[in-house]
Amino acid sequence: MRYELTRFAPLRSLLKSRWPQLAVQVVALAGLVLVIASGLVGTPVGNRNFAIVMVWIAWWAALMLVAVPLLGRSWCSVCPLPLPGEWLQRGAVLAPRGRGFGLNLRWPRKLRGMWLQNGAFVLVALFSLPVLTQPRLTGVLLAGLVLLAIALSLVFERRAFCRYVCPVGGFIGLYAQAAPIEVRVRDAALCAAHTTKTCYTGSAEGYGCPWQVFPGTLKANTYCGVCLECLRTCPYDNVAINLRPAGADLGLSKGRGLDEAFKAILLLGSGLAYIAVLLGAWSAPRAAAAAIGSPEWFTYALIFLAFVLVFIPGLLLLAVQAGLWLSRSRIGSVHGLRALSPALVPIGLSVWIAFSLSFLLANLSYVFPVVSDPLNLGWNLLGTAGVGWTPYGQGLFPWLTISVLLVGLTWTSRRIGAIAEELGGGLKLALPLWIVTFLLAVGALWLLVL
Amino acid sequence: MRASASHPSLPRNWLPGAVLALAALAVVFLPAWLRPTTPVDRTLRLEARSFEFSPSVLTVNRGDRVTLEVVALDVVHGAHIDGYGLEVTADPGQTARLTFVADRAGAFTIRCIVPCGPLHPFMIGRLRVDPSDTLVRAMALAILAVLVGALLSLRHPPAAAPSGPEAGA
Repeated sequence: MRYELTRFAPLRSLLKSRWPQLAVQVVALAGLVLVIASGLVGTPVGNRNFAIVMVWIAWWAALMLVAVPLLGRSWCSVCPLPLPGEWLQRGAVLAPRGRGFGLNLRWPRKLRGMWLQNGAFVLVALFSLPVLTQPRLTGVLLAGLVLLAIALSLVFERRAFCRYVCPVGGFIGLYAQAAPIEVRVRDAALCAAHTTKTCYTGSAEGYGCPWQVFPGTLKANTYCGVCLECLRTCPYDNVAINLRPAGADLGLSKGRGLDEAFKAILLLGSGLAYIAVLLGAWSAPRAAAAAIGSPEWFTYALIFLAFVLVFIPGLLLLAVQAGLWLSRSRIGSVHGLRALSPALVPIGLSVWIAFSLSFLLANLSYVFPVVSDPLNLGWNLLGTAGVGWTPYGQGLFPWLTISVLLVGLTWTSRRIGAIAEELGGGLKLALPLWIVTFLLAVGALWLLVL
Repeated sequence: MRASASHPSLPRNWLPGAVLALAALAVVFLPAWLRPTTPVDRTLRLEARSFEFSPSVLTVNRGDRVTLEVVALDVVHGAHIDGYGLEVTADPGQTARLTFVADRAGAFTIRCIVPCGPLHPFMIGRLRVDPSDTLVRAMALAILAVLVGALLSLRHPPAAAPSGPEAGA
């Protein structure tokens, strides 16, 4: 069941035009410059610094609570991080003209997939508490990502940074599968018959897919950055933006790589770890996570890595193996884990939403002073510089976060059952994974409720 | 035996869902079965230093009249109790007091309200007001959530699976 939004000619024209997208990108880029500047030279007081507050409270909350669950990868279509590199690579800001700069090499085959992104995410996660609280580190991290994106754009073709390296990109891509929106072709046969495949090779109207995706065979949102180039380059107007049932991609158990399965597991484990470390009552893990280089930090890093890279994956693999044994299935356990991994997306997303809600509502009031005085120069641009700290929505907790987790658990349980049925294992295959995801959800509930 | 999607058997279709819905309502709205002990007056010392409260978890019983003595050990700190909307600020080396009746059961986050350094937003502790059945209710709802998900997956078996997502050209 799909409803094509781009059937409305004005909307299609609006999306095909480069100007609206460019306008948002320029605003986002200006915001990024301000964020990096305030991070590097602004006040070191995190909750008064524009970079910390706008990135880790405002942007993160908007991303996790609105953009990803409702709009999938739409943020990637306006994300400012790769823009300078992309403009240099293209030698243009708008439509194709002439030659750009760079070597345009193909990304090494051995580095394809999500493994680099998984590694980048773990690396950022290990240092996340200092980055979240120290403006200079946030400034350095973002400036470093922009420079890395420029360097990769000048060496490799298309958006190699976004596709293979960006630590947030893999995160957004995985959970974008749950979104009720998609870019897909209307008629795949038309794409197959189209010899020049301008959506991938490019034309005078637009660039070949920067995300290295052929829209004609696109089945999931994971790697589609919603850049809208295929909408511009398709001579048959065969590309559509559809409303669809949320999580439509999660029905695809085939064709899942181990890297993608591991991403789902890694993010689920990391979400639980973030709730425990950042929102838990215990201060020792937070102190250890902040003290980079100390023996306590190494202990924290070891426990964090063991939890997200060994314990959670091992637990889920054991559950799949138990299910395969119970159902007497002849499927290999790694294959079973890959096939069942889309079912972990809803529970993982709900863990991250619960974490983000708790963090956002407690800290949202920090946004108002910094937007009035982003450079800490004593300005009061919006008249909100004097707004004090106030936690919002405290009466909603803990039932708001409990409800979010229950929705995720219900959805995950449904997907586990459906995929287990598809794999021929039925209830016996699903049962151990139902139990383990229930236990993980109860762990999250315990951390949030006690 | 699964009900056919094209020829739904009405009782078989709605009965499990109705039972689960009733069970969920019962879990949410059943009166609290845990009875609080006789209320007493309690004085609790809460030490605040960058960036932690000690003890990190305070436990009282519902109905207790609680006097919280917040002692700032290094710089100015404060304590805000979520859910109760109460707060107090303590100067370095000083003790600030806050008295209230713990009339709501549950776990409530205690947050520092005076910016005290980089980890200030994460300077948090907990006030536990017993007896609280929130976790028990949440766990019961989680069991129901799994059952609902399982039921839905059985009632709506997957369509013929399309081929997997293609990422490259």
